[in-house]
Amino acid sequence: MTATVQDHIHASLSGVTRIYPATAGTRAVHALGQVDLDLKRGEFFAVVGPSGCGKSTLLEVLAGLQQPTAGTVTFEGRAITGKVPDGIGVVFQEDASFPWLTVWDNAAFGLRRNGVADAEIRRRVDDALAFMGLKDFARAYPAQLSGGMRQRVCISRTLVLQPRLILLDEPFGALDAQTRLLMGDEVLRLWRRTGATILLITHALDEAAMLSDRIGAMSARPGRFLDIVVTGWPRERDSKIVSEAAFGEITGRLWDNLRSESMKSLGYSGMAAE
Amino acid sequence: MIATNRAADTLMILIVLLLAWQALHQVVGATALPGPVPTLAYLAKFVPSERFAENAWATLVCFFYALILSYGIGLAIGVWMGVHRLSGAVGEPILISLYTLPKVTLYPVVLLIFGLSLSGRVTFGAMHGVLPVALLTMNAIRNIPPVYLKSAQTLQLSRWQTILTVLFPATLPEVIAGLRIGFSLTLLGVLLAEMFAAKHGLGSLIINAMQLMQAEEMITIAVVLFAFAALANALLLWIEHQLHRRV
Amino acid sequence: MSRVGWIRIAVVATAIGMLEFCCRLGLIDHRVVIPPSEMADALVRLLISGQANDQIVRTFGIVGVAAMISVVAGFALGVVIHALPRARQALDPFFATYYAVPIFIFYPVMIVIFGLSIMPIVLMGVATAIVAMIIATLNGLDRVPQVLSKVGRVHRMGTIATALLLKLPAAAPHLFTGVKLAVSYAFIGVIASEFILAPAGLGRVISDAYTDFNNRQMYALMLLLIIVATVVNMLLHVVDQRWAERRGIGKP
Repeated sequence: MTATVQDHIHASLSGVTRIYPATAGTRAVHALGQVDLDLKRGEFFAVVGPSGCGKSTLLEVLAGLQQPTAGTVTFEGRAITGKVPDGIGVVFQEDASFPWLTVWDNAAFGLRRNGVADAEIRRRVDDALAFMGLKDFARAYPAQLSGGMRQRVCISRTLVLQPRLILLDEPFGALDAQTRLLMGDEVLRLWRRTGATILLITHALDEAAMLSDRIGAMSARPGRFLDIVVTGWPRERDSKIVSEAAFGEITGRLWDNLRSESMKSLGYSGMAAE
Repeated sequence: MIATNRAADTLMILIVLLLAWQALHQVVGATALPGPVPTLAYLAKFVPSERFAENAWATLVCFFYALILSYGIGLAIGVWMGVHRLSGAVGEPILISLYTLPKVTLYPVVLLIFGLSLSGRVTFGAMHGVLPVALLTMNAIRNIPPVYLKSAQTLQLSRWQTILTVLFPATLPEVIAGLRIGFSLTLLGVLLAEMFAAKHGLGSLIINAMQLMQAEEMITIAVVLFAFAALANALLLWIEHQLHRRV
Repeated sequence: MSRVGWIRIAVVATAIGMLEFCCRLGLIDHRVVIPPSEMADALVRLLISGQANDQIVRTFGIVGVAAMISVVAGFALGVVIHALPRARQALDPFFATYYAVPIFIFYPVMIVIFGLSIMPIVLMGVATAIVAMIIATLNGLDRVPQVLSKVGRVHRMGTIATALLLKLPAAAPHLFTGVKLAVSYAFIGVIASEFILAPAGLGRVISDAYTDFNNRQMYALMLLLIIVATVVNMLLHVVDQRWAERRGIGKP
């Protein structure tokens, strides 16, 4: 029996709440919490939940982009305070490729800033671009590429820094369904190759069910974990598992958790009885 | 609540400008730049006077004719270039080049052709205003989403119905933007023409006042023209916003 | 070159040709407009003789200085205003109305304050151009995608590094549009001022030539102004387009 994940805690959130303070014109928003989560080293963890439930807030708090209002966040044993720690990579939902740089320069961006030697930069960037299937487009500009390719540029840019924890905030939100499935395969390849711990935020249940070792189902705002589903998939998996029976059960269990939460977040009331 | 805050902020800026005016006045002296208060006093005296009325009327008449030409010719060119794609493609860069060209350079030609007459000033004013009207009208027509035309077809609308009930309202906000810019530029053109070489009109009055070192009159006329242009622009902008909200 | 490009050249050439034709045939009075070929000839002779060189250098020099001041100061002011949302809101109506009012009305006032020197002309050039640059800077900074600040933080970049390496390049095309407009408006401001009243400069020389009935001189210099203004604007436009294409920004 192949070991799927090591039982080492890589990052954790304990007692975390996040309240956006009131400003002139808006009231305070209790976006997240209370959340407790232990991410095991090397695992693939997905967070699903209705729109506005605080999934992105969770990711940003974990990355150190936001400070929790209460509770602590640790990464590799050390508390995160205000700065994004070295070793965490983030891929955002919006297209964050730099339109003024070529694909190659985009990927090399982080490395150049860290004073890595030129030869090493070339090696890592060429490697990452080849791995993401962008080798032939190294000299192109993002504006000439499709949305999916631009996201791969962003992933390459994160890859070359060899992060140990990769956070993906609905990276395939803007793509069509078929592209999403293929990109899911890409992420799995990435995961196996790097051995990194991955946290994926998504609203697509099938995506979460297909890709993850564990899935956290989040309630409507303020987001809390309603359930954590263990999938038990083998490490060597790809999109073909959508045909397995277990896939349907997992998706079903997620939807059981989330159906009424989704309706809540959409403003339905009193319809749940049907 | 937010609206009154914004109004208050803008009022603050106006007050700061007035204070800056006063400060500049202290620095350069009354003969060069009269302060806000004496200017207001002069304004109260001068505006009701016959000399002002005569010249303001001359400017207004010239402006009115120039505006009709700007709007008429501008809309015609704009519609043609918007509808007839090839003309639009060919003509757009030419129009843009003319737009960025300092038309002041062509003023002597206008003078040579028309002399110091009203027609010359009207033509010069129209030369300034016709281009933004044409360009924005052309763009408005080009930017009509094709889906509107397809919808009109599926709704079995006749050609005239399509133009009146779909195309016209769809292009209106952008056309009004063109008319607004055309308004300001036509006024600028007319005033410039009067400043160069004219015996009547507020522009010539300013040059006269300058030659006679009558700083008070100069700045008063400037303030009046500013107020007129600003208010007209605000009105047209308001109309534009109302239209945008509907669209 | 595309078919449209050829048609355009043909249209312009035909227009010039017709003008030449009408002038030569006497349909247009020689005292009003001289044939384009004569204009060109007069210009070439003038340039060779070097008579107007002082004025040419002076005028284009002033335009250049006014444009540069407007771009630098306009950018700086734009950055500052962008960082102060309340100031921006308060100034909004001011910016919206600025190009609606005839700024040239203040030129005589400036002459009275600064005397008939180079100052009022430079000031007019800057006054005409600077607000366009401020507005373009504000627009450019607006269009910097929010996600870029987050990316900066993920790469652990400080505020200045984020501003210079991420925000500035992201805003660059819009800033360049501002530069384009600033140059264009500086031209208009300076030339118009020189026409109205100036001690020297191309505008002054052209209006003198007009009063002296020296049509050849007048048209020669007019042609020079038109050519330079058109060429400069076209070059800036081409660079702007090339940049916009590469960045995938739609045609303006």
